Amino acid sequence: MDFPYIVEPRRDTGLYNAKLGIWLFLASEVMLFGALFSAYVLLRVGAEPGMWPHGWLNVYIGTANTIVLITSSITTVMAWVSCKLRQYGRFKFYHALTILLAMTFVCIKSYEYHDKFTHFEITLANGKFADGHLVERSKDFDLEKKTGSVTIHGYEVDHEVELMDMHRPEARHLQREEITIPATEIKMMERYGPWHHTYLAIYFTLTALHAFHVICGAVVISFLWGPGTKMWRTDPERFTNRIEVSGLFWHFVDLVWIFLFPVLYLL
Amino acid sequence: MEKTVHTFPPESGHETGHGHETHGAHEHHGPGFWGTYIFSPDHKVIGLQYGLSSLVFLLFGFFLMLLMRWQISKPGVPVPLLGPLLEKVLGSAAPHGALSPDLYNSFGAMHGTIMVFLAIVPLAFVAFSNFVLPLQIGAPDMAYPRVNMASYQAFVLGGVTMLTSFFIPGGAAQAGWTSYSPLASLVPTDGQVFWLIGMVFIITSGLLSAVNFIATVIQLRAPGMTWMRLPFFVWAQFVTSFLLLLAFPPLEAAAVMQLMDKLAHTSFFLPTGLAVGGAYAHVSGGGSPLLWQHLFWFLGHPEVYVLILPAMGIVCEIIAANTRKPIWGYKSLVYSVLAIGFLSFIVWAHHMYLTGMGTKVAWFFQATTMIISIPSVIILTCFFISLWGSSIRFNTPMLFSLAFLPMFGIGGLTGLPLGFNISDVHLHDTYYIIAHFHYVVAPGTIFALFAGIYYWFPKMTGRLMNEFWGRVHFWGSLIFMNVVFMPMFAQGMAGMLRRMADGGANYSAAVNHKAGADVIGGLSNNIMEMHTWILWGACVLGVAQIPFIINFFWSIKHGKKVDDNPWQATTLEWQAPSPPPHTNFAEAPHVYRGPYEYSVPGHDTDFTPQNEPPK
Repeated sequence: MDFPYIVEPRRDTGLYNAKLGIWLFLASEVMLFGALFSAYVLLRVGAEPGMWPHGWLNVYIGTANTIVLITSSITTVMAWVSCKLRQYGRFKFYHALTILLAMTFVCIKSYEYHDKFTHFEITLANGKFADGHLVERSKDFDLEKKTGSVTIHGYEVDHEVELMDMHRPEARHLQREEITIPATEIKMMERYGPWHHTYLAIYFTLTALHAFHVICGAVVISFLWGPGTKMWRTDPERFTNRIEVSGLFWHFVDLVWIFLFPVLYLL
Repeated sequence: MEKTVHTFPPESGHETGHGHETHGAHEHHGPGFWGTYIFSPDHKVIGLQYGLSSLVFLLFGFFLMLLMRWQISKPGVPVPLLGPLLEKVLGSAAPHGALSPDLYNSFGAMHGTIMVFLAIVPLAFVAFSNFVLPLQIGAPDMAYPRVNMASYQAFVLGGVTMLTSFFIPGGAAQAGWTSYSPLASLVPTDGQVFWLIGMVFIITSGLLSAVNFIATVIQLRAPGMTWMRLPFFVWAQFVTSFLLLLAFPPLEAAAVMQLMDKLAHTSFFLPTGLAVGGAYAHVSGGGSPLLWQHLFWFLGHPEVYVLILPAMGIVCEIIAANTRKPIWGYKSLVYSVLAIGFLSFIVWAHHMYLTGMGTKVAWFFQATTMIISIPSVIILTCFFISLWGSSIRFNTPMLFSLAFLPMFGIGGLTGLPLGFNISDVHLHDTYYIIAHFHYVVAPGTIFALFAGIYYWFPKMTGRLMNEFWGRVHFWGSLIFMNVVFMPMFAQGMAGMLRRMADGGANYSAAVNHKAGADVIGGLSNNIMEMHTWILWGACVLGVAQIPFIINFFWSIKHGKKVDDNPWQATTLEWQAPSPPPHTNFAEAPHVYRGPYEYSVPGHDTDFTPQNEPPK
């Protein structure tokens, strides 16, 4: 008994097996990201007044990454169309672009992560707050033993709430300068990691899960671009279907970012 | 995926480990022992793999429960027989062979987790669907055989992770199978991390299976197998697949967030001002414990139907075949199961009436909870009416199916007082809850699973299981299931709380001056003594499973040989050879009629198979 609908679509559904499967899988992915987005909503609604941050991320970098991903979606469609038209060379070209764009996205994202992990909020002994990127620690710097000092590039504010909304006009005029703080004046020093604030917690969780999807998608597309092309010679229609299915996944990953960008960067 | 063309060995004694011998004797070109039994993409082999693993987990979960019952009934007394072993393996967690309260908590959490996620779901949903569903719709295999194999591998990984967590310092997860934060995030054991990682594997495996079953039903139905000709079992599993597909991911998201709380010290579920051990916890705060509960129960409630719908599907097949009549109200069944599927997504917060989430919200969930009982009652009523006026064949699968009906009925009806938020305030977190959901799952679903095993065993092996020992198993299980769970209703209504490591002994020791002499702490001695009945009931229930285990393995080789259709049933799986070869049917069957055409007037036999052409 032959295995049906691997390549040709079933008449009443209009789908071949793999295409239906990826749609179902994407439905579950919607629920996965949907749950995390609802977590975002609940955390934000539950935050104390004024304590939900705005403008902690660089909108220009985020915009650049959005453009990168949208472009990669276009090249993915073009790769599939090239397969449909049986133009192997063009397929190779477009998907090479897709893979490069995916790598660009991950690189930019890593830069943003690095930026957050070198960013410190320092609670000072006098009740004020210093905030900025680490420039250097003195060699004998030890917070426990209260020795040495740390230098950051940033500013000092009187209340923690002033660090929350960086879109405020006053916040934009804060002068960034190098500040050196001795360990004796530091009460607490914390990176802008996921443990720093629930906003960062949901930011890191969502974007890391998204980046994981980007990497997985890129691995699959790279396989289909490289060793997977063997099937092109034996069964080009089925190969084209594979490009379509992996493309559907890629568009979904792109779409998640379209929601992530405004939610995390703009709102 | 079609490369592995081989036949499923007719003498399928592989469960006992003799598979490679028979295999070697019959063919020399196949994929070998590993390819046939361990890394096989064949849906029947995967079904058996899932079935046997989940039966082992079922037994393991049962033993955890026995140890807990001992501890509840005789707090601090060393466990007989198993005590020394416990102390040897777990060390200080089981001093002198008795369970420490921490170990009791671990066992409680792991009993729930193992029973739900590693025993019942994989058995009722994945194992039975895998074996039966492609056969019933006339498909050569599942839509994605290799995804199917990956699903089982993820399941094994999840199971191993869960089991490993017993042996790490601090022991397994202790915060209940619901893992409520902040408790789950703060219990000082890495067992919770294992639990979460294990859950991610198990969820992944469930998702892969769900995608596979839905796609198989949609794409691979045989010609003529229209939607309204699908056996009810297929409908039930189809809806179950959607529940898993859409409800599991939110729990996966929640697991990821709790994992972040544990490992990256985030505060998703940890509120501002959280104090641990008399001091402020060093957390950023701003998290929401309610968020975990919402995400958990968004899975948790559909999960209840994941546990029960496959059981209903199995029972329907068996009732139809053994009453020799068409099932009553096939269309009502189908629409009811679809209604349940939809409604089960909007009832979850009835688990959370006592969280202070607001009366308006509670009111909404109370209403939906009452509404969802309607389709459940319709299904049960259809089964009862199907029995009316039929000459029933009382074989073992039918006995279990018949017992399912009142047992599930008790479980369902006792759920109503829990669905109303006023009465739930009194019953919440008591033994009443335990009795209620165990009636649904233990004498309910598990009976249906036993029924299914006895019923489809001839299809797996070509032999029947022993009828006499099947009856012994049935009566032992039926009586002692009730001995175990019936007293818990009384205990719960008397106010005995669940999750107490000493079964409420400390709580009862508090003298209540207002009550009479024999009433201490508000719990009468009668109520406390029920623990002992339950303990011995549970022990005998365990003994009653021995005939089943022996019968199962003995019948693989020595059961009575039967033809392909021993129950004279109409559905397609009985028209395939027993055991079915790889790709199931010699050629794609063509379906001409509905699934339950029994006793059609004017027909030579009292059953008309779905693929029999009209005259």
